[in-house]
Amino acid sequence: MKILVCVKRVLDPQVKARVKADGSGVDLANAKMTMNPFDENALEEALRLREAGTAEEIVVVSIGAGKTEETLRHGLAMGADRAINVVTEDVLEPLAIAKVLKAITDQEAPGLVLAGKQAIDDDSNQTAQMLAALLGWSQGTFVSDLKIEGDTATTIREVDSGLETIAVKMPAVISVDLRLNEPRYVKLPDVMKAKRKPMDKIELESLGLDTANRMTTLKVEEPEGRAAGIIVESVSELVEKLRNEAKVI
Amino acid sequence: MSNLIVVEHDNNEVAAATLHAITAAQQIGGDIDLLVAGENCGAAAEAATKIAGVSTVKVADNAMFGHHLAENLASLIVDIAGDYSHVLVSATTFGKNIMPRAAALLDTAQISEIVEVVSADTFIRPIYAGNALATVQSSDSIKMITVRTIKFEPAAAEGGSASVEAITGGADSGLSSWVSAAGSNTDQVDLTSAKIVVSGGRGMQNGDNFAMLHSVADKLGAAVGASRAAVDSGFVPNDFQVGQTGKVIAPDLYIAVGISGAIQHLAGMKESKVIVAINNDSEAPIFQVADYGLVADLFDAVPEFDAAL
Ligand SMILES: Cc1cc2nc3c(=O)[nH]c(=O)nc-3n(C[C@H](O)[C@H](O)[C@H](O)COP(=O)(O)OP(=O)(O)OC[C@H]3O[C@@H](n4cnc5c(N)ncnc54)[C@H](O)[C@@H]3O)c2cc1C
Ligand SMILES: Nc1ncnc2c1ncn2[C@@H]1O[C@H](COP(=O)(O)O)[C@@H](O)[C@H]1O
Repeated sequence: MKILVCVKRVLDPQVKARVKADGSGVDLANAKMTMNPFDENALEEALRLREAGTAEEIVVVSIGAGKTEETLRHGLAMGADRAINVVTEDVLEPLAIAKVLKAITDQEAPGLVLAGKQAIDDDSNQTAQMLAALLGWSQGTFVSDLKIEGDTATTIREVDSGLETIAVKMPAVISVDLRLNEPRYVKLPDVMKAKRKPMDKIELESLGLDTANRMTTLKVEEPEGRAAGIIVESVSELVEKLRNEAKVI
Repeated sequence: MSNLIVVEHDNNEVAAATLHAITAAQQIGGDIDLLVAGENCGAAAEAATKIAGVSTVKVADNAMFGHHLAENLASLIVDIAGDYSHVLVSATTFGKNIMPRAAALLDTAQISEIVEVVSADTFIRPIYAGNALATVQSSDSIKMITVRTIKFEPAAAEGGSASVEAITGGADSGLSSWVSAAGSNTDQVDLTSAKIVVSGGRGMQNGDNFAMLHSVADKLGAAVGASRAAVDSGFVPNDFQVGQTGKVIAPDLYIAVGISGAIQHLAGMKESKVIVAINNDSEAPIFQVADYGLVADLFDAVPEFDAAL
């Protein structure tokens, strides 16, 4: 089986996003960028499935321009066999991303597509579900445990009320949670090896898709900050403040 | 304008989160219909008719909707969405699972986790773990929306008298099947609607020590929450997690115990009215958002706090 892993280049999770003064968006110039953390888990799972003999080939795909290639190289260094970079300067919405990923899925015919449950920049949590819809495939979302037997993937999903187990028919699109696994560290020799692995570049236009955005961002603002309060000296002072000042207990 | 709200329910009761989504629809304006899809879901449908301001409750009672599988529910939503200008659902794991699938089938974008209705086509939604707020205008003819509950008061659960309409539609895809569900302690006060939440982090050291927080919570009628580190370390189950990738809550009082206050944790609780932090590191970022900070060893402070209640 071939596995397609969808990876996005995002602002490093340790870095606090800064809104641009003109309100047009978040300032990413010179910011530290990484692979979306959830996508690392998706890739790690694919690598483990290959190590277990369930998968033979792992292809990482990312849509974006410029240094997107760097993120894909990281995926290759982790152990993916091949990379596909669909190149566009546009910042596409999840629906358009899903359409592009469908086109790539049609070309590659994987038995499984893995994605992150959410990109930590737009926090959309849509792409995997949309891709599954466009393909007419089953979906397993927010997955923290995955077992594949024959043409069935048994997934444990993290839901608001706890955990839910569902069985999905393959081929499937599965979006993963951080608790699925611990992504491996990349060693220097892996980085060297990754340089020689194949990376296909596909111009977005060549796919002939309607990827026009449906939303216009009118402005981006910083939320109202929260001022730090006071430091209390003792538990009794805390209880007194909560009772008589904040009146919340 | 006409709004359809996809109701989250367990076939018997309507989830509180849905009431918040209804308020968002009221702010958009126009008629409000509800969709109750389930198996033997008559009781939930009945409860839905009583919600204030609802015109019609559409009920699709069929075994294929029993476990809210995304493939089947999305196909049902697609069948009826054309009658509406807006389709809304709560931004819970229920809503997040089904809505994007339905939206894509309708070739429509989804507007995720709105926190404010500016107008019928313009909404505000947080991005980057809530460190930025984007105002977005949609050009789609149907607006597919998930609603972050904390910024909308719940609609009144009583006082309405909506009519019921049994509907058919959707198809059983046969693509996936429900196997089992494991919930954590159901005696717990619901984390998302609790007025007071006591949360523990890595500083709690183990699951047994959470008994200290449960004791405080019992006295305050509070729910117990946790940071991702506490969940990842196996101290408590995943449904306790507060944050960017867990639950987003805004109780009247949030008590963070042994939690450092990472960006991703703050994303889930910084809208709380009053925040208390108990941490032995005076430099912990949680103190920058806390109304009342106590720099102390939690193993001394929590039992003392408990005794004082
Ligand atoms: C993509 C992504 C998504 C994430 N999503 C979430 C999320 O949804 N929710 C979330 O919470 N995190 C999330 N995280 C993790 C987040 O970045 C932090 O790692 C996590 O919140 C840290 O948890 P903590 O504060 O319990 O642990 P730590 O950061 O280790 O802090 C423990 C604190 O306990 C204090 N402490 C220790 N012992 C004592 C004692 N005896 N008395 C008093 N204080 C003590 C320490 O001073 C310290 O401040 C996410 C991370 C990523 C990358
Ligand atoms: N530009 C992109 N290229 C490749 N995969 C993406 C891209 N954007 C989103 N994805 C995938 O979709 C997941 C969810 O993203 P989102 O729906 O934007 O929250 C991510 O974790 C990725 O796996």
